[in-house]
Amino acid sequence: MGSATIAVKVWRGNARGRFVAYDVPRQPSQTVLDVVTHIQRHIDPSLAYRFACRVGMCGSCAMSVDGVARWTCRTHVERVARNGALTIAPLAHLPIVRDLVTDMTAFFDKWARPLGRFRGSAGRDADIARVPPDSPERQAAEAGIECIGCGVCYASCDVVRWRPDFLGPAALNRAWTLVNDARDVDRDERLRAVAGDAGCHACHTQGSCTERCPKGIAPTAGIAGLKRAAARAALAHDR
Amino acid sequence: MTSPATQARLWYAQRISAMVLAVCVAVHLAVIVYATRRGLTGADILARTRGSAGFATFYAIFVVACAVHVPIGLRTVAQEWLRWRNGALDAACAAFALVVLVIGWRAVWAVTVG
Repeated sequence: MGSATIAVKVWRGNARGRFVAYDVPRQPSQTVLDVVTHIQRHIDPSLAYRFACRVGMCGSCAMSVDGVARWTCRTHVERVARNGALTIAPLAHLPIVRDLVTDMTAFFDKWARPLGRFRGSAGRDADIARVPPDSPERQAAEAGIECIGCGVCYASCDVVRWRPDFLGPAALNRAWTLVNDARDVDRDERLRAVAGDAGCHACHTQGSCTERCPKGIAPTAGIAGLKRAAARAALAHDR
Repeated sequence: MTSPATQARLWYAQRISAMVLAVCVAVHLAVIVYATRRGLTGADILARTRGSAGFATFYAIFVVACAVHVPIGLRTVAQEWLRWRNGALDAACAAFALVVLVIGWRAVWAVTVG
C-alpha cells in the first residue's frame, strides 16, 4: 500500500477557487469518495460534495480525479493514485456551485430537449406491449438503458467544451434508447430535436464518453445510430 | 442555426466524400511510392500523365471530394473554435470550396492536358 497517507489536493471555492492540500490516511480498499468523506468528517467539515448510494447506482458522486471524470464511490485509490497523490476537482463543463459540487441543471435540461421522457399511446386497459427481446431495436435500447446520469460522459466530451450548447452524450444516449422503443410515439419529433447544430451531427466520434462511462455504455454508438436515423428522417420530411 | 435537413445533407456529403477520399488517398499514395521508387523524373511523370483520361478522371474526382469534404470540416472548426455561426460562415465555406475546386482542377489540367 506504500506510504501511510495520501497527498490530496481538493478544489475549494467556486470557479475562482483554488486547490487545497490535505493528508489523508491510507486504508485498505479505500475509494476516492472515502478520501473526500474523510476530509469532510475529520479535517474540514465545510467541504461540499455530493453522494448518495455509495455503490454505483445513483450517479451523484462523479468528480474529476487527476483530470479524469470518474464515479468516485467505485474508484479505488490504489488504482488511480500516482506516487501517493490525488487531485480531486468538480466535474468539468458544468458551473461550480462550491468545492466539488457542480450545478447540473444544464446537463439535465439537455435530456429534456430531445424529449427524454417516454410517451406511449396505449391506455391502462391495453394489453402489455410485446417487444421481442432479440429484436435489433430492443437490443439497441438495451445497450443504453443502464445510464445512471452521473455526468461523467458530459464532463469528458470535448464537443461540449467547444460547443456548450451541444446536447452531450448522456442526453443523446437517452434519445437513442427512446428512438428504439417500439411503444414510444414521439420518434419523429425526437429525431428532429436531436438534429441541428447542437445535436448528434456535432459529435466528432472521439469516443471519450464511451471510454469513460462507468456503466460500460457506448454513447458513441448510439449517437452514430441517431446520426443515421435523424439524417434519413430530416431528408424524408424535406421532400 | 442549421436546419435538420441542411445538417443531414452536410453530414451525408461529408461521409460520402470521406469514402471517396479514403480510396483516392490510398491510390494517390501508391502512385507516389511507385513514382519515387522507380526514380521517375518530372518529365517521366508528365509523359505518363499527359493525355491520360484515366489519370485526369481519377484526380478530377479526387479534387471534387476534397472540395466537398474540407469546407464542411472547416465550417465545424470555425463554429467550435471561433464561435462563428451565421450565414457569412456558410458563404465563406462555399467560397473556399470553389477555390479548392478551381485550384485543384487547374493542377489536374496542367499535368494531363496543358
